[in-house]
Amino acid sequence: MNGPLSLATIVVALVLGVWYVIRCALNKAPSNTDLWSMLGLGLLVVVLVVVAIVGLFGPDRPADWTTFVGYLITTIAFAPVGVYLARLEPTRWGLLILAVAALTLPVLVLRLQQIAEVTSG
Amino acid sequence: MAENPTPTPARPRDAAIGTGLGRVLLLVYGIFALSASARALVQISSHFSEAPLAYLLSGFAGLVYIAATVGLAIGGERGRILALVSCSIELLGVLVVGTLSIADAVAFPDDTVWSHYGSGYGYVPLVLPFIGLWWLWRNRPRP
Repeated sequence: MNGPLSLATIVVALVLGVWYVIRCALNKAPSNTDLWSMLGLGLLVVVLVVVAIVGLFGPDRPADWTTFVGYLITTIAFAPVGVYLARLEPTRWGLLILAVAALTLPVLVLRLQQIAEVTSG
Repeated sequence: MAENPTPTPARPRDAAIGTGLGRVLLLVYGIFALSASARALVQISSHFSEAPLAYLLSGFAGLVYIAATVGLAIGGERGRILALVSCSIELLGVLVVGTLSIADAVAFPDDTVWSHYGSGYGYVPLVLPFIGLWWLWRNRPRP
């Protein structure tokens, strides 16, 4: 796993999550900027996952391969699903959906790092 | 997005899928249903013999989360009962397993979603049943 890239993803996700919670508290609906920022976070996650997949073919592949791939799929799906669900809910609760998705991503990235550290190599 | 103009079959008033806040609740429940069952599936299929009790418990927890999600989503009389039972099991589970995993670490060598009161999941498993029960209470049938 790529350290700086993971850290960047986690920081961006946390900042966005807090931003969405504040906007929800202010009783706003998800704006286009909100949705696009989430997709931007999704793009960052895609880069992270691609780097992780390349790492799978390297010398120190994670010992728990199945779990790692499962987490990769979940992680990459999270931001797009969040945006999709938020578009279905154009009220303040759509922002809370985005917040939940954004705040879950750091957990997934941390778990990915944990699993990647236990290598079979 | 525009409201669906065609009349849809009546959905129970307390169905969580029908309101914005309910949908957020379902999303969180869904995430836990997914993570608890996926974890159990991996544990049971790859190294079941290491800690059968913990893994069976993981699987059970996953099923309870799925039941709670479905119950909260559909609402109505059946949905309420399903959600009430599963949220109560969830609350009991996180309290009992949480206490046991601290008191008797030998019986729980590998973590489940409820171990240490869900500390591995940011204590959300401890808070979630209360929110589920609060939802049921808030939408209780009134005469």
